[in-house]
Amino acid sequence: MKRQKASPEAESKYKPAKPFTCEDFNRVRRILGERVVFIQGDAAVSYGALLAGCRFFAGYPITPATETGEILSRLLPKVGGICIQMEDEIASVGAIIGASRAGAKSMTATSGPGFSLMQENIGYAAMTETPCVIVDVQRSGPSTGQPTEGAQGDIMQAKWGSHGDYELIALSPTTVQECLDLTIEAFNLAETYSVPVILLTDGIIGHMREKVVLPEFKDVEIIWRKEPTRPKEEFQPFFDDGTKIPEMAIFGTGYHTYITGLTHAESGYPATDSQPDHHRLVRRLCDKIRTNRERIIRVERDFPNAHTDRTTGIISYGVTSRSVYNAVKTLRREGMKIDHLRIITNWPFPEKEVAELSRRADRIVVPELNLGQVYHCVREAVAGRCDIVPLWKTGGEMHTPSEIVQAVKGTG
Amino acid sequence: MFRKAQHIREKYLEQNMWPSIFCQACGIGTVLSCALRAIDKARLDIDKTVFVSGIGCSSRLPGYIDADGLHTTHGRAITFATGIKLANPELDVIVFTGDGDLAGIGGNHFIHAARRNVDMTVICVNNYNYGMTGAQLSPTTPVGGIATTSPYGNIESPFDLTALAIGAGAPYVAKWTTVYPHETMLAMKKGIEKRSFAFIEVLTPCPIGYGRRNKLKHGKDYLLWFKKNTIGKSRYEKLTEEEKRSCEKIVIGELRNVEEPEFTAEWSKLVDEHFVE
Repeated sequence: MKRQKASPEAESKYKPAKPFTCEDFNRVRRILGERVVFIQGDAAVSYGALLAGCRFFAGYPITPATETGEILSRLLPKVGGICIQMEDEIASVGAIIGASRAGAKSMTATSGPGFSLMQENIGYAAMTETPCVIVDVQRSGPSTGQPTEGAQGDIMQAKWGSHGDYELIALSPTTVQECLDLTIEAFNLAETYSVPVILLTDGIIGHMREKVVLPEFKDVEIIWRKEPTRPKEEFQPFFDDGTKIPEMAIFGTGYHTYITGLTHAESGYPATDSQPDHHRLVRRLCDKIRTNRERIIRVERDFPNAHTDRTTGIISYGVTSRSVYNAVKTLRREGMKIDHLRIITNWPFPEKEVAELSRRADRIVVPELNLGQVYHCVREAVAGRCDIVPLWKTGGEMHTPSEIVQAVKGTG
Repeated sequence: MFRKAQHIREKYLEQNMWPSIFCQACGIGTVLSCALRAIDKARLDIDKTVFVSGIGCSSRLPGYIDADGLHTTHGRAITFATGIKLANPELDVIVFTGDGDLAGIGGNHFIHAARRNVDMTVICVNNYNYGMTGAQLSPTTPVGGIATTSPYGNIESPFDLTALAIGAGAPYVAKWTTVYPHETMLAMKKGIEKRSFAFIEVLTPCPIGYGRRNKLKHGKDYLLWFKKNTIGKSRYEKLTEEEKRSCEKIVIGELRNVEEPEFTAEWSKLVDEHFVE
């Protein structure tokens, strides 16, 4: 007779890999209290994770992301989950990947230096198609930089930080409410596309308090991964059924899946000396995101001049959009034709949407809290159709609306 | 005996992975055989057992077992294993690692896992060098040992992995060598059955990598060397203090077996105390 090691807590409420139900969602809502709360971005991320069914958090303290771990260490035991402080950020990503493979929705949160350490294992998550969410509360770099100051310096790293060719998804919230909403979306995208999803908040939103309305169960969609539909003998963990997204067998369910970061065949076993296997695998890893761009990408178009030409465009994302909103109002009051594109999905980059704007814009102003990151993506998408005016700022302070107004007017 | 071996092969080995990548006279096969026999003796449900590994020769082992396996990044196997165990405490988690993977790049994770005491069994194939990349110096290479990155002899003091595990608080620690497969298997079985972080170091021949540079060219040389240079814990303890001081042999056997609160058991209590209905 087969026997597993005696586990005296079989009746325990500690069950991070348990399926997430309406009852679980409502329990989280009861624990969080009022429907309308006044919280900071790091808290909104934590609340969003719990409402999305995250029951596993592993992290390492780092300013300005630490509050997420603090809040979840208090709340996860109340919902049967687990919060563990690991020995570093490398271990944190390792733990969330392991947890995801064992059936728990999992997340970690960090900032620049920790995000740099995580890159190898993020590549592993991409290669093994393991859903997980990594929150990067961006701070001013390089290196230790300005720990308490916000920045947007990790946009390129989020996409290109690990070696080799892969695709992942990265989202940029602008408000504290959006920190919550996009955390739920991040989990849904991770589960849908079997991919690590990066939530790019920053030290400003992370520590800023704003009004947040918590959703009801009927308001949100909670997605769970595609589990095997084939019998165990026929199941192949990396088989492409035409959707480019393989089914995922959870460890302990009897499917005996072998998962490796080596180039692998559809069976999961290494195929390191096979050029066709490698090419097919890496193409599929990239194509499952690239061919689903339309479904993944979210932007906010404020295009009142869509039917005229010769407008001025502004492209923003994340916290910078807050100053842009104000500047756009001022400029329009002064009679200028302004179209504002707010990028919500940084990766995959919304190049079609940028190109669309560039067709009727004289110039596009791109404010960001770095020395030119999204600027390069915009330049590629615009392909010379109009001028691009970068507006770079570092040091931990946001652009003021008047700085953006001046840049748009060309008087800055 | 033959039927038993056949039973283990048919029941646990992944049939599509042979021949293996391992060199002639490599000791890793013995470690795998010990581990599978231990699992069989402990009557683990293979459907609920997950094998995790990092990078290196020994870390290829999960691929040869017909079970759930996670072949992870270099040095990080224990962190992934921690995630698996904490997400589903009903699973048994067994980590295969090597001296470079565990004590070199992964040293920090190793000591923290020993301290944290999450239930898992870590089996370390210690072959005194980085075999897969071509016999480089490792954190366990003995002083004077010739490796491809210590061509004039190693001048660094090596880690004693079991002492490190004991120092970091691992409740179950054993050291054996492939020359004693039965004892190795029994130690693995004990480690698997014990609900704690268990560490089993197995001194393993690497004739093609380390051995041929260090007068241990054949598998047999290694086995004789292991026999000659190891001493059982109980025999060692009978030595006088003076004899102990002059004893240069490696002490093998069950080096620690104590009861400590295990992480998932403690976390269960914590959850049951704070859970909101």
